[in-house]
Amino acid sequence: MLNAADMDALWITLRLATVSTMVLLALGTPLAWWLAHTRSPFKNTINALVALPLVLPPTVLGFYLLLALSPSGPVGQITQTLGGTTLAFSFAGLVIGSVIYSLPFVVHPLQDAFGRIGPRPMEVAATLGAGKVDRWFGVALPLARPGYITAAVFGFAHTLGEFGVVLMIGGNIPGETQVLSIAIYDHVETLQYGEAHLLAGLLLLLSFVLLLIVYTVNRRFRIT
Amino acid sequence: MLSQSIFRYALSLLSITLILSAPATSSPAANMSANSSREMLRVAVATNFLNTARELAREFEKQSAYRIVLSSGSTGKLYAQVINSAPFDVFLAADTERPERLEKDGLIIPASRTTYAIGRLALWSAADDFVRPNALPPANSYSHLAIANPRLAPYGRAAQEALQALGAWEAIQPKLVMGENIAQTFQFVASGNAQLGLIAASQVPAARGSVWLIPADLHQSIEQQAVLLNEQPAGRAFMNFLRSPAARKLIREHGYDLNGD
Repeated sequence: MLNAADMDALWITLRLATVSTMVLLALGTPLAWWLAHTRSPFKNTINALVALPLVLPPTVLGFYLLLALSPSGPVGQITQTLGGTTLAFSFAGLVIGSVIYSLPFVVHPLQDAFGRIGPRPMEVAATLGAGKVDRWFGVALPLARPGYITAAVFGFAHTLGEFGVVLMIGGNIPGETQVLSIAIYDHVETLQYGEAHLLAGLLLLLSFVLLLIVYTVNRRFRIT
Repeated sequence: MLSQSIFRYALSLLSITLILSAPATSSPAANMSANSSREMLRVAVATNFLNTARELAREFEKQSAYRIVLSSGSTGKLYAQVINSAPFDVFLAADTERPERLEKDGLIIPASRTTYAIGRLALWSAADDFVRPNALPPANSYSHLAIANPRLAPYGRAAQEALQALGAWEAIQPKLVMGENIAQTFQFVASGNAQLGLIAASQVPAARGSVWLIPADLHQSIEQQAVLLNEQPAGRAFMNFLRSPAARKLIREHGYDLNGD
């Protein structure tokens, strides 16, 4: 049904979305916790920065990333010193792009969930003698579970649909940086509407099922 | 209280909508330019030719009473827009395939299909002295060579043919990165992410980097054809202008070849 190149594209897309989501949850948790609790004067600035990918065209992000990753760019300078190569046209480069591109989709639900817990449960746990780590894993994390489900699925689904950033920094290498949305685009451009339909339908179905899962699971969670 | 503020909100929304929906030509700024009264000609142009087309348009507007509006994109995308009745009068494609197909489907003014430029390929690097004429740099001196996607872009197909003619196509595969179109390919090279690339000769910056103009016999000729999509005087005038000595001189100055030289 799917040809080998399209299978590759599907696999890379799923791998990219998985890796990016894990990185995003790891980075997003402390960031969202801080944003939910801080009284720092920088809070608004950081909030605005996190939300930027929501409003910027992906080509703007892609363009700046292309410059940043280049041998003379800041990121390129660092990676060259460390490993000798630059990250444009590589899977690692795509992960960096996706993490930035999907950041608000992960941070916002987490921030929301942390904010909704309020200070009370943590204070109660503290008076019962729970340590800092204990309080976090025993109280905050379970209470924030709907937020985590939403964040993970939104981050994953949003990365699935990524196009502009990958187009700018990916280089369309089959088996390495050619993701599903790019493969669809190529099929449409070359008038291979059959193949395009197949991949586009697959992406549509996958995205719908993922979102359905979020809404179903979170609703059940709220009722119990 | 609440209903009052909702009413006020709705009223301001309505007035914003009214302001924004007014035709642009009635704004004071547009009225100041004499252009608004001129008859408009819509030209769809392949990205590699956009800069040249801008200068051609300026020249054409000087010597005629028409105003040109340029829309650029890849030839494939513009073709898809044309067959879905996009409001273009002239289509400057980057190949012969799409114009031929439009002609066969009866979507152009009969016999209007004409070659307006022949593209040349250039191996370009943003670094000085990296690319030398008549050979590819040694493969171990670079990690990425950019070309336009051969499936999508005429310049990409020509790049593949040239690399095959040079006997380097197989060996170069792991280093190949592809831009969606020739403009993006240029970006990859200009930003330094790819050390070199095969781009359109028309894109090579005047005083930057190093370049080898690929001999035209290493690939099929990149004939770029124009077609007239609607019968009207402005379009006719522009098609004639494309064949004028002034236009041909401009096109050649931008790195294109022409038939009959």
